[in-house]
Order: sequence, then structure tokens, then C-alpha cells
Amino acid sequence: MIGKTTNQRAWLLVAPVVALVAFNALIPMMTVVNYSFQETFGDNVFFFEGFKWYQQVLTSERFHASFGRQLVFTGVILAIEIPLGVAIALAMPRSGPWASVCLVLMALPLLIPWNVVGAMWNIFALPDIGLLGRAVNGMGIAYNFTQDPVSAWVTTVAMDVWHWTSLVVLLAYAGLCAIPDAYYQAAKIDGAGAWAVFRHIELPKMKRVLTIAILLRFMDSFMIYTEPFVLTGGGPGNTTTFLSIDLVKAALGQFDLGPAAAMSLIYFLIVLLVCYVFFTVVMRDEEK
Amino acid sequence: MARITLERLRYSYLADPAADADWALRRIDVEWADGGAYALLGPSGCGKTTLLNIVSGLLRPTRGRVLFDAADVTGLDPADRHVAQVFQFPVIYDTMTVYGNLAFPLRNRGMAADAVDARVREVAAMLDLDGKLARRASRLGADDKQKISLGRGLVRSDVNVIMFDEPLTVIDPQMKWVLRSKLKEIHRQSGITMIYVTHDQTEALTFADTVVVMYEGAVVQIGTPVELFEKPKHTFVGHFIGSPGMNVLPCGIDAGGVIFDGERIPLDVSTGRAAQEAASLELGVRPEFVRFSDDGFAVEIAKVDDLGRHRIVDLRRGGHVIRMLAGEDDAIPSENPRIRFDPAYTRVYRDGWMMAGESGR
Repeated sequence: MIGKTTNQRAWLLVAPVVALVAFNALIPMMTVVNYSFQETFGDNVFFFEGFKWYQQVLTSERFHASFGRQLVFTGVILAIEIPLGVAIALAMPRSGPWASVCLVLMALPLLIPWNVVGAMWNIFALPDIGLLGRAVNGMGIAYNFTQDPVSAWVTTVAMDVWHWTSLVVLLAYAGLCAIPDAYYQAAKIDGAGAWAVFRHIELPKMKRVLTIAILLRFMDSFMIYTEPFVLTGGGPGNTTTFLSIDLVKAALGQFDLGPAAAMSLIYFLIVLLVCYVFFTVVMRDEEK
Repeated sequence: MARITLERLRYSYLADPAADADWALRRIDVEWADGGAYALLGPSGCGKTTLLNIVSGLLRPTRGRVLFDAADVTGLDPADRHVAQVFQFPVIYDTMTVYGNLAFPLRNRGMAADAVDARVREVAAMLDLDGKLARRASRLGADDKQKISLGRGLVRSDVNVIMFDEPLTVIDPQMKWVLRSKLKEIHRQSGITMIYVTHDQTEALTFADTVVVMYEGAVVQIGTPVELFEKPKHTFVGHFIGSPGMNVLPCGIDAGGVIFDGERIPLDVSTGRAAQEAASLELGVRPEFVRFSDDGFAVEIAKVDDLGRHRIVDLRRGGHVIRMLAGEDDAIPSENPRIRFDPAYTRVYRDGWMMAGESGR
């Protein structure tokens, strides 16, 4: 290369970023890696344990149960939020004053802090004083999310759908708005019906934004903590104890730092793996 | 196949148009014969696309009617009008193969699979797409994509008219003329009426038998390329068509001819009312019809641009610039240049419009 110079001072320029990343990601993570291979009884005394904690976590009934619950929960909310979000986006006006009104209404749930959402739904769904709880019980359906597992699940799912469908709506809406008019006009001239327009124009054009929506919703729901913690605290029993709630119980409730650290790394690797596989598959399809 | 008549057509994008400027189309009366090749030419924003969308049914006219032969189709949807439209940017269905794209309009109309197959293959051959039928349409270049857009119109045997909305905008220059001659060829083969919207005069003049020139929401002239060149009905047509455009110079008029800057140019003009009324009078002469001549009037030479095969000479007379096109071998006098306008191609315009009764030839 002509005129290429080597200058070690360039390291100085990236030093702030290196420091930042080190302190907020690398060092905490390495601490967790450190814990996951050792046993401690306090007083900074550690014993090396190898893969013992990993084996323990991967074979434990408790982890299987909360992992299973997590998969079902994420599956259910994705199956509801993605189609519902697309449907709402399709129904929203593309222009005019109502478009802005709809956008603001849609953005509202996203602006509410997560613990507030949990608290809101907790009060809203209380069987004795909550509007929803009273109404459902008034219709003759036995509903009590603090005692009945089915009620607890329905409430948790409803809360997540209420909170996060908007995100899918906004992404899908942005995708829809980016489709040039000519596509709709050509489809009209080609005699395409509403379903054909959706199947061959709108859905393919939304593919990228929906990929992002699914990834975001997968990651967020897979790591959900605050809302179910405030709403049900993981109960009744352990029926709504998802992975992160379980993890906190192990780490802070029981202070089993080793197993908790191993569990969080397994947890992290699962999220990473699923996202990677999903993204690769979608993007490979795009290349074809 | 049908004759297309636009009757007292007006269109506004506003809910209740009042002023003249509110109308995107002020008043359009046009008749397009069956099987013709027409170009709709005009600057950006003159209403060409609006007019096209009214013919295809994507827009409903605010006033007036659209007739296909004798049938009033003003209220019909695009699919029921049997029209095809090719847009500025290629529209293809990403999920489908080239074959699927071409078959789409037929499948939507519930045609039997073997009939669809025969028709798709026939059209693909016409467009030189037969080798690419199995490929995903989204992987092709812009020119092939535009061919697919056109093909989706051609596959339907009941198409009354194919409309093109600046279809070559995104095509590479060397592919432009290939596609344009392909279009002409398809027009000859199929005999379908084609309406081609463009702001590029070369495209319009090479494609069309008849050119419709639009300006500010109105049709200013309909004619063959030769008519537009030799007898522009409006000074706008004179400016817009031809390169460089027509010279438009303020003038007076009397029984003996036209008076420009004190010089009388003999022309047989009907003086009549026009001379007495305080209308603005202009004479128009194309640079091609300005000649150096000793019996003409005196000018100064301001500038000569050599373009290779010809030269553009900027002449000055009394604060006005007159452009002249001189051939490679034409001598440019160095002293006391004098010019004259060819009377057969000099027109007089009153308020922008060519005066009736004025001699042409």
C-alpha cells in the first residue's frame, strides 16, 4: 500500500471504547465465568469445581421446568403478537390526521416502565377489587391469578401482548409505509385480490422488519423478568417462574453463586444461538 | 381493443377546487384511435401521470368522462377496464419466479393452467425472457424487470391499451434504445394501443406516431413529430421540442408583415383584430430556419458553440438573443452579418398561441 503508515498512537484513540466495553461487558461477564467454575462459602475462599455446576444445571429438573415454561411462554406470545401486530398495522390509516393519532396510541404502552406495567396489571386483575378480575368473575368464570395457574398464565400473556404488540405494529407499519404506491396500482391492474396483495406484496416487503420484530420479541420475552415478578412473583407455586426469575431466585434467594453463574451462561448461550440460527436462516433465504 | 375518448376531463387533488391553479388537469379533450402509438409529452408536474392514472382507472376524474369505444368506463375499476400499465420503477412480485410474475394476472382471473402456460411462453418469447422463466424475478436487472412489468400487460389478450409512465427512467443508457425498439416492435406485432408518458422529447418523438404535448394541466398540441416541429401551436411547444428551442421574439404587426425591432419581415398575416387589440404578439422561428443573408437585417454575433455536426450561433439584435443553427460547412460572415427568417417557417403568436389565418406555406 502506498502511503500506509503504522502508528501505534492509534491505540490511544480506541482506548476509551476499550475501557468502556471492558467495564460494562467483559469484566462482569468474566466474573460470571469465574464463578461458574468455582465454589465459594464466602470470605473470598474459592474451590475449583470444573464443569460440575454446568452438569448440575443441565440435568436438574428445576432448570428443565423453567426452561420449558420459558419456551412455551415465548412461543405463545410470538404466535399472538406477530400476527396481531401485522393485522393492526394493516388496519391503520396510512395518512391523514388519524394516522398520527393511531401512532401515538400505539406508542403509549411502550413508554410505560416495565414494573409499572406489572403493577398496573396486578391491580387491574385482582379478583376482589380489580376491574378485569371483578368483571371476569362477574361473568361466572372462576378467575384468580394469585391462586390459579391458568389464570396466572392468561394474565401474564395478556399483559405481555398489551405491552409489546405495539412494537410489532410500529415496525410492521413502517414496513408497509415504505411500499411504493406503484405496487398497489400494479396489483389492482393485474386483478389481484386483497389476499394476493398481502401474500405477494405486503408480506414479502415486510420481511426485513418482521425479522427484526421477531428477534426483538424473542430476546425480550426470553429474558422477561420485571413484569411477571411484579404481577405473580413467579407463582402460584412455580407456575410462572421463567428462566430469569429462576436465575434470580438461585443467585440472590439461595446465594448459590456457582450454579447461578453456570445457569446464566447457559441462558446467554441459548439466546445467542437461537438468534444466530434464526438470523442466518432468514438472511440466507434473502440471498437466494 | 378500443378507441379511447376523454371528454371534458378535469381533475383536482383537492376536495373542492376553486382557483385555476387547484386543477391538476384543467380541461382535457382527447381521442386516441385504436392501435395507435401515442406519446404524452410535457415537463414534470404538467399532469401527464394524473391523466394516465385516470385512463387506467386508478384515479376517478373530478369532472368529465372516459369512454372506451362507446362505453362509459368512468366508474369502472382498473381490473374491469382491461388496461395495462408499466410504471416508472419496475414493479415485480419478489416472491415469484419470472414465470409466476407473468402468469399472475391470468391466474387472478381464474384462467385454466394449460392456457396460462401457453400464453406465458408466447409472451416470454416475444420479450426474450424465455431463458429466464424459472429464475426469481427479484434477481434480474432493471431492464428485465421492466420487461416483466410489460409482459404482465401483454399476457392478457383482452387488453385495450398499454400505458407507460416514464418506463425507461431507471434503465442504463445503452439498454434504453434496445428496449425502446423492442417496444416499437411489440406495438407492430400486437397492434395494441400504447400511450407513452415521458418528459424526454427524443423518447416521445422516436416512439410515437402522434405526440400529445401537455403544459400546466392542459393539452397544448396534438400532432405528428413533424407538425410539432414545423408548426408549434403554442410558444411552449416551440421551446420544449427541438434543441435548442424556438426563438420567440416580441414583434408588431401590420399589413405588410411582422415588425421586429424596427425591421419589417414580409409575411402574409391577417392583421384584423389582432393588430388593434393590445395583445402580446410574438414571432417564433426555429434556429434551423434562421439563415445568413445579405438582404436580411443586421445583427451582431455574440457567441458560436461548435457541437461537431453543427454550430449554434448566438446572435444579438436590440437586446434580444436569436439562436441560429449553422451547418459544419456554412460560412459565418466576419463583418456586418445579416440574417433573414425563412417565411415558410416563421409563425406569429398572440398571447402564446399561434395566430389562425397566418400563412404557413
